[in-house]
Amino acid sequence: MTDKTRINLDRRQLVAGTAAVAATTTLGLPHIAKAADVVKIGLIHPVTGFLQFSGSQCRFGAQLAIEEINKTGGIKSMGGAMLEAVVGDAQSKAEVGAQEVTKMQEAGVAAIVGAYSSGISTATTQEAAKHGIPHVVDVGVSDKIVSRGLANTFRFGPGFGVIAKQGVASLIELNEAAGKPVKTVAIVHENSTPFGTGIAKLMTNGLKNAGFEIIETLGHPSPNRDFSNIVLKLKSANADLVIPSNYYNEYVLLARTMQRQRVEPKAIYSVLGGAASQYKFLKEFPEAAQYIMDCNHWFNPKNPKALEVRQATRDAGKFFNYEVFLAYTAVMFVADAMERAGSAERAKVTEALAGSTWDGHIMPYGPTKIENGQNTGARPLNTQIIGNEIEVIAPAEYATAKAAFPRPT
Amino acid sequence: MYDPSIIAASIINGLMTGAIYSLVALGLTLIYGVLHIINFAHGSLLMLCMYGVWFLYAQAGIDPYLALPLVAAGAFCLGYGLQRSVIGKTSHGRDEIILLVTLGVSIIIENIALFAFTANERVVQVPYDIDGIDLGITFLVVPQIAAFVASLAITAALWLFIARTYTGKAIRAVAKERQGARLVGVNVDHIFAVSFGIGTACLGAAACLLAPTFPISPQIGYIFVLIAFTVVVLGGMGSFVGALIGGFIIGVTESLGGLFFGESLGKLGISLIFILILLFRPTGLFGQRM
Repeated sequence: MTDKTRINLDRRQLVAGTAAVAATTTLGLPHIAKAADVVKIGLIHPVTGFLQFSGSQCRFGAQLAIEEINKTGGIKSMGGAMLEAVVGDAQSKAEVGAQEVTKMQEAGVAAIVGAYSSGISTATTQEAAKHGIPHVVDVGVSDKIVSRGLANTFRFGPGFGVIAKQGVASLIELNEAAGKPVKTVAIVHENSTPFGTGIAKLMTNGLKNAGFEIIETLGHPSPNRDFSNIVLKLKSANADLVIPSNYYNEYVLLARTMQRQRVEPKAIYSVLGGAASQYKFLKEFPEAAQYIMDCNHWFNPKNPKALEVRQATRDAGKFFNYEVFLAYTAVMFVADAMERAGSAERAKVTEALAGSTWDGHIMPYGPTKIENGQNTGARPLNTQIIGNEIEVIAPAEYATAKAAFPRPT
Repeated sequence: MYDPSIIAASIINGLMTGAIYSLVALGLTLIYGVLHIINFAHGSLLMLCMYGVWFLYAQAGIDPYLALPLVAAGAFCLGYGLQRSVIGKTSHGRDEIILLVTLGVSIIIENIALFAFTANERVVQVPYDIDGIDLGITFLVVPQIAAFVASLAITAALWLFIARTYTGKAIRAVAKERQGARLVGVNVDHIFAVSFGIGTACLGAAACLLAPTFPISPQIGYIFVLIAFTVVVLGGMGSFVGALIGGFIIGVTESLGGLFFGESLGKLGISLIFILILLFRPTGLFGQRM
């Protein structure tokens, strides 16, 4: 009976298969020919879950780039091939991000851009490597992402190590230029993830070596809804400088509580501060945000194209935060590689990304030079919220304003 | 050891927060006292009320404190309708079904909020956000003072309402003996819905007091409802005085715990109180029904 069933099924399959071949021959060919003019790019971001805001911002930035490329004639070396976004939602979970890569593989994407957080990006790059899909990480700062020897993995922006090093160096430079007004430091850091604790440790070591006195180090979980006690301790410690190292919501709440309790140190300085260089923070709490300094991802403010992209973002009702311009640039980086390769074949795109010398970007990185997947010219900038704008205060070649340090009382 | 002024400031902060905890717990304890159910939708309803406050503020420019009567009235209608048309009708008088229905309601409300408002936090920033009184040891801002005073006033008003009015008497009658109340002509279904409505109105008031301080997101209700459950267990299920005192105790415990043991470990104090009360005084400090 089993054999009989199998024979029946085989016959059915034969008929169905013949029909499918016929259909493909007659109807499918034009579709395949058309598909050659479209190159699919996978965009994986956490657009739901607790990282929803940042993930959505990333997706917007990436789609803005795709829209712009298509409007200006697509990939010219491929006969004006149009880019098509295949979007995936990592749901703020690394394992879901990895599953999305499998979907991207089935969809036949030429490359992937994603996936905002370090944790998700670590998982998506690894999964993409199995399928040989070139993957450009837009935001994830963990240096582990590009130190696992994955040939498909690239990061255009700077990593944690470079940012932290510059963060400490810039602070020392600022303090010396102002006559060393800061001698004592208090650090407030989140301790639920390696991010806050890691930054706190790097800052502590770097500043101690430079002669600063760390008089208070205060940890808190993420999320945290009350900073009253922490601010009481800060008030009591009366440090010259406060370094917050936490995510957006906690950063804002801490700044607001400090404002409410009249805790006014000579400066507030962050490295990768959750809200310190976010237009959303500036718009919602302009007074609490005043004079806060940050060492973070930032676009080249002297590049007219960057200002155009910022305007386009604002016109769309979005904030031009780091998520937007990093994801935008990551897609542009992939498109440039395809342009150079003249192909959307994964191996050729990977090769073109690895050998990229792209310099038409909006970031302050100079010509691209990739080593082990990392763009070695990538660097952060120092920003300060002054009035209604986030100004670049260092390094000098990108500065749009002079640092207000110590902050005016 | 900290300076006594820091400890005093921490206690004051704890009392301020505790007043809000009391108000949130008040609604929960009233609903339990009358309907004998634990309302799992309490946190979601608080969240919904907070979005209501934000909506009135963002769309119509209505100050959250001026919006209090409006939001509380709206919340009353919502709670009344919910009990009358959903919970009462689907429960068939069985407690376990009521629990599941309130849980289901909370899931639906949260997902609607997530769909409608996304996970982005919304803020209500009042112009007097940083105005207040300098006590020397700490600075009390208007939103803190308003929350403290209004919470006490609403608790007192509700107590008077329950003690002095006919509806209050009917609520007490239904809470004590629902069959007896029915026999003497009390419309028990109506009183159930009124109690649920008042409990939700307390959340509406709490939402107005919380909105200027706490960013609003679909998950905001969880933070307060877990504490409110602890307050109700500590104070005694169904006890108004218990909810008030319990709120202050939990507020101060949380604040001092954070000061002495850090923000992560400090929160253990609340859980510790919860466990100790369940072990040694399961009826709570004022363990009697209204």
